[in-house]
Amino acid sequence: MEPTKTIFLSDEDIELLINDMAVTYGYDFSDYSKASFKRRIERLLMIDHLSSFAELRYRILHDESYFQHVVEEISVTVTEMLRDPGFYRILRDTVVPLLATYPFIKVWHAGCATGEEVYSMAILLQEAGLLHKTLLYATDMNPAALAKARSGIFPLSQMQQYSKNYVASGGTRDFSSYYTASYHLAQFDPALSEKMIFATHNLVTDFSFNSFQLILCRNVLIYFNKKLQDRVLSLFDESLEANGFLALGTKESIRFSSVAPKYKQIAGKEKLWKKVK
Amino acid sequence: MTYPASLVAIGGSAGSLQVILTLLDTINAGFSIPVLLVLHRDPQGESRLEELLSFRSHLVVKEVEDKDIVERGHLYLCPADYHVLIEDDGSFSLDYSEKEHFSRPSIDLAFRAAADVYKEKLVGILLSGANADGAAGLRYIKERKGTTVVQQPADALVRYMPDQALQQSSADFILTGAELTHFLQRLYYVSP
Repeated sequence: MEPTKTIFLSDEDIELLINDMAVTYGYDFSDYSKASFKRRIERLLMIDHLSSFAELRYRILHDESYFQHVVEEISVTVTEMLRDPGFYRILRDTVVPLLATYPFIKVWHAGCATGEEVYSMAILLQEAGLLHKTLLYATDMNPAALAKARSGIFPLSQMQQYSKNYVASGGTRDFSSYYTASYHLAQFDPALSEKMIFATHNLVTDFSFNSFQLILCRNVLIYFNKKLQDRVLSLFDESLEANGFLALGTKESIRFSSVAPKYKQIAGKEKLWKKVK
Repeated sequence: MTYPASLVAIGGSAGSLQVILTLLDTINAGFSIPVLLVLHRDPQGESRLEELLSFRSHLVVKEVEDKDIVERGHLYLCPADYHVLIEDDGSFSLDYSEKEHFSRPSIDLAFRAAADVYKEKLVGILLSGANADGAAGLRYIKERKGTTVVQQPADALVRYMPDQALQQSSADFILTGAELTHFLQRLYYVSP
């Protein structure tokens, strides 16, 4: 096999690009984790078959629609339903029963990408008989990903894995009862998405817009540096009610953040915190 | 001859674990250069790898969490189903983006990110495996003046990965699993 021809970028290239995007379009990527941002851009050069960094820079500066495409490609939309079943089991057994005590439940999925985790949450809430009194806010900076999320249509090829995750997370029904298969697609039950509100929201620049009892932001902070992680965690803190819950990805942490002292991890190694102060 | 290193990055897939365990058993207690282990793992299995390695090693074994700082005397294990990258300040960044060579963690990605930070102070070692991942990463390390080591293909349980690496670039050292311990003991730590 021919080795893939990849264009590798220097730190200076990355700085130039970040500066261009900030000056021209007001998007600030300067506090993204540099190593993964670099990977996104190198990947973009490859998938768009660009011949040089200069070509990429020129297109970004002179073509706003291309820039939008770049933003969509920078945002990582890889996700799955009920990823880390152990996490969902704790959510189901420990957090959902506490949410049940509220007359009205508000959940925020921040950086929801194509929405698989929002549907996962909706399934948990429906099984607990709580979905009717819940609103699930699902936000992302990537409008194309949000459109997919809104559609509730996911690749049928994934369902076997999701079904396994579902069983491992403590699900007892037939997972296939939640979707209708047609050709290679699975259309999820519209009853699940009835309580979902999708909106664009950029964690770098946008502010708190509501208060919630549960905020989930899994595998989003890993793409940010510590400074931006701290900003986002403060934003979550402002948006979380007293005794509310914060959920992050299995390898993420609040320990570097200024809000850390206000939170107590609720279950062993799973990344779920309760706001105690 | 001795060699300076700030980090040793070891990539491996099928057939590499035995080499690593032997390495941990035989390396002397004075060895304190940080090691990053990029192994292809089953993302579904509840892995006991961290425990297994801890038991065998005098190094502190830690599965990488986002923004952990690289420290001496530590052996870092890439978590299943995440890419592991390194930032200029010597902290790890995790990444859950597309697989490379059907792999997450990808050895290529980890090697490249480490080479960007450590350049000539990086030692990259590629072991047994049935996948081409790691070959391009090793070449990238070499282009940035790092030191590269490939397990001797005839010594590897699965020689495809070492063969691929040697096809893409010449390695500084081609060693058997048994020789690797001696090689590591000739490294000395330098700050990045």
